[in-house]
Amino acid sequence: MSKRTVQFSIYRYDPDKDDAPYMQEISVDLEPTDRKLLDALTKLKAKDDTIAYRRSCREGICGSDAMNINGKNGLACLTDIDELKQPIVLRPLPGLPVIRDVIVDMTQFFKQYHSIKPYLINNDPPPERERLQSPEDREELNGLYECILCACCSTACPSFWWNPDKFVGPAGLLAAYRFIADTRDQATNERLDNLEDPYRLFRCHTIMNCVDVCPKGLNPTKAIGKIKDMMLRRAI
Amino acid sequence: MINRTVVGAHYGLKDWIIQRATAVIMAVYSTLMLAVLLIVRPGTFEAWQGLFANGVIKFLTFLFFVSLFYHAWIGIRDIWMDYVKPTGLRLGLHVLTVTLLVGYTAWAAAILWRL
Repeated sequence: MSKRTVQFSIYRYDPDKDDAPYMQEISVDLEPTDRKLLDALTKLKAKDDTIAYRRSCREGICGSDAMNINGKNGLACLTDIDELKQPIVLRPLPGLPVIRDVIVDMTQFFKQYHSIKPYLINNDPPPERERLQSPEDREELNGLYECILCACCSTACPSFWWNPDKFVGPAGLLAAYRFIADTRDQATNERLDNLEDPYRLFRCHTIMNCVDVCPKGLNPTKAIGKIKDMMLRRAI
Repeated sequence: MINRTVVGAHYGLKDWIIQRATAVIMAVYSTLMLAVLLIVRPGTFEAWQGLFANGVIKFLTFLFFVSLFYHAWIGIRDIWMDYVKPTGLRLGLHVLTVTLLVGYTAWAAAILWRL
């Protein structure tokens, strides 16, 4: 990788100063060692320190730097800068209120996440060491527990855009299935009851935007299908 | 705005499964009907009339229309639920949709049994 200059078009909005959001055209010189979009954002921040974005772990674990990159949601720290068409257009995650620049207010997203009770419910007294699972039962949790709650999927989902207060969204439903599928959990029926709703679950029209954008390669649509399957099996 | 606690309304599964079942019925009917038309090849009005005078064809055609209208009800209702927020307007659209679809069902029956 050589030294190069990269063009950006960034969504800027500071509610304290700006009447309306605008796109800022800006370029930045990169070193050969700058590989990911987040590296460029760090350089960009050094050049214009009014640009605001969230970041933390810089390796795809914390989910802080989710944004809309050239029209597709993703994590800045996992996106190769040289694979992006220039100017690289950065916008906040769609559908959530903008706090400033590409930082969004995720309250609604986490409210939906909390509504599915994202913790193990088991009223038996805890065993001396741990609640064990067979390797086969544990296998079912793969592809579910890895979610980092970056909100790329839910904010790519039109059903979540139209009804963020009622539709749980792909991230919340993936997490819901993570506990429904857990053999150590005793609240399966209550969890299914809580989701049996034309809005909370059945707003999913299986368009699979969530699968397309997930930076961790997870499949919320498949998890949603399994929830529907379990509901059907207990109903007939 | 009241911050209600979000819980399931305890319905939705039936609609979802009926939408799939009616889709299967429509697909099977369409395939069957295509085969029947290719075999019979009705050329005149009398031939078409004869074909639909058959009780089985009549029943299957009516079943197709009922499936179509039920399928349409779930689909159209979903559109209203997605995009129309004011409760009064949405309720009005729901009633209008149901009225039209029930009317279409009666109309389909009238046409089929008049032949």
